[in-house]
Amino acid sequence: MKIHEHQAKELLARYAVPVPRGRAAFSVEEAMDIADSLGKYPVVVKAQIHAGGRGKGGGVKIAKTKAEARQYASQILGMQLVTHQTGPEGKKVQRLLIEEGMDIKCELYAGLLLDRACAQNVFMVSTEGGMEIEKVAAETPEKIVKVHIHPAIGFQRFHAQKLAFALALTGDAFKSAVKCFTAMYKAYDDLDASLLEINPLVVTGDNRVIALDAKMNLDDNGLFRHPDIEAMRDLSEEEPAEVEASAANLNYIKLDGTVGCMVNGAGLAMATMDIIKLHGGTPANFLDVGGTASAETVEKGFRIILSDKNVRAILINIFGGIVRCDRVAGGVIEAVKKSKVSVPVVVRLEGTNADIAAKLLSESGLSFVVAKDLTDAAQKAVLAVKGT
Amino acid sequence: MSILLTQHTHVLVQGITGGEGTFHTAQMLDYHTKVVGGVTPCKGGQTWEGKLPIFNTVSDAVKETGANASVIFVPPAFAADAILEALDAGIELIVTITEGIPVRDMVRVKHALNQSQCRMVGPNCPGVISPGIGKMGIMPAFIHRPGKCGVISRSGTLTYEAVKQLSDRNIGQSTCVGIGGDPVNGSSFTDILRLFKDDPGTEAVVMIGEIGGSAEEEAAAYIRKEFKKPVAAFIAGLTAPPGRRMGHAGAIIAGGKGTATEKIKALREAGIHVTDSPGEIGATLERALKK
Repeated sequence: MKIHEHQAKELLARYAVPVPRGRAAFSVEEAMDIADSLGKYPVVVKAQIHAGGRGKGGGVKIAKTKAEARQYASQILGMQLVTHQTGPEGKKVQRLLIEEGMDIKCELYAGLLLDRACAQNVFMVSTEGGMEIEKVAAETPEKIVKVHIHPAIGFQRFHAQKLAFALALTGDAFKSAVKCFTAMYKAYDDLDASLLEINPLVVTGDNRVIALDAKMNLDDNGLFRHPDIEAMRDLSEEEPAEVEASAANLNYIKLDGTVGCMVNGAGLAMATMDIIKLHGGTPANFLDVGGTASAETVEKGFRIILSDKNVRAILINIFGGIVRCDRVAGGVIEAVKKSKVSVPVVVRLEGTNADIAAKLLSESGLSFVVAKDLTDAAQKAVLAVKGT
Repeated sequence: MSILLTQHTHVLVQGITGGEGTFHTAQMLDYHTKVVGGVTPCKGGQTWEGKLPIFNTVSDAVKETGANASVIFVPPAFAADAILEALDAGIELIVTITEGIPVRDMVRVKHALNQSQCRMVGPNCPGVISPGIGKMGIMPAFIHRPGKCGVISRSGTLTYEAVKQLSDRNIGQSTCVGIGGDPVNGSSFTDILRLFKDDPGTEAVVMIGEIGGSAEEEAAAYIRKEFKKPVAAFIAGLTAPPGRRMGHAGAIIAGGKGTATEKIKALREAGIHVTDSPGEIGATLERALKK
């Protein structure tokens, strides 16, 4: 799960990671109240959306006066912010973060995530703050210093010192960084985070280390331990069809093709998208309906797929396995009748009683295209799109 | 011959009294798997469907039944604890079916596994089947045939798809191992390849990978160096958008890394027969065998 910068900072502050003073605002008036309460200018007006690159897109402004703060808040709130991560249509800014301006001496990078190859968390720092870390990793990998944290040992003082030395920090800034890194790791580990990235982490004129930005992603599987964080989920940042799907316990991701897919199992769902592309079509979505594929889940699947107006054919690919295909076929027939599906539906059912299922589909009076295997299904779905 | 699950495997079911546990225990018994008992805390002393003894703890069950393997159907919040309990009781093979275990828990479990002789498969996987011998998991047994092809996969139904294509071509399987779709798992492709290498009953291997992580690249490096049996592979997710989790917790292209294209390239460079079509997995292995 993704959260906003201001939410990440609120969580980090609980663990004593130093962050600038500030709060989220949902209106210009609220933004002005917060700016006033900070007591001095400049203040920073930051768009809060679930995407990076906000500064370059014009979503972050430093206001030197109250008039400027009002001007920037009115400008940014409600704007359609386009960054390299939002796609060309951008994202509507619905909240702002108003915080105190900082006196910045230098910009650094600090990040924490899982290193899958060794199943340990890795803490990375770099002197190249403010840059995209992927770019630094590709061009000047020697400028990234990594410390792996062994689960039996945990994050120790020497880890933090190693990182702070790598950044060539001294004196108060060094001490401040050691505290900051220790607090960051504790927050990351306690909260079941899957990513914590501070870019930039800054050293101020008075040698304090402060998280000027904060990006935090949470492990969805760990959320049951953190109901307060789960409540931070901002549904308006997500694709509406994906929100509806997740409420129905379906796994749906919208893409930009024309063949809607409904598949049981995530790997087979991805493979189905791939084979559609291989035969000259484009998948409209990823949709995993789970193991059982009952009439109810299939019906919900249809509703979600058809909410995408680009869909011109639907491919249902179910590997029955333990669930019987004749039951799945019954569910599909019922769902098609209820959902008034207006595009061709190609069905491929494999597994127990697949032959009975095929018979049920062809005798249903509905115009299914029955496919005999995966390749046949993909070809028929692509053909169906061309025919519409 | 087979790997992991053999004639000498005596299986416990942790979480045997739950819905999933009950259903799949019956399926495993139907397939003549040597299931010897189950574990559900506070239900020790009862029997499962009048057929199997239930124990409070794994160590009680091991003492009474001589079990050396355990299949875990415990809900995600308690699954890591169940794995550690099996480890503590000296179980040699753990198969964890549970989906949704937090990564933080698995990092600690992985460390404990590394310190032991125990092999774990999963979590978030269909399990292990040695056709004709038994199964520890949730895969449909009837699509499998005994034979000499090993199968390793990060997926569930896509594995069934591959197995069916093999069986339809009269290519039987020695053992099929679903290593699971999570970012941290008990066994990697390479771990299982090592076992297939030493198994005289396995003559070829099918590998089903997907986007995310670098386990396929590591397997490619291992195969190039040490694995001489023919390998056919498919990698799911050529059309998956970056930065999105495709169902499995581990199936994500992050920071431009873990793409299907990279994995396919690494596998091809290691001389592995990679197909771009999930409909051609069986045919690809057949070609690999003929070379």
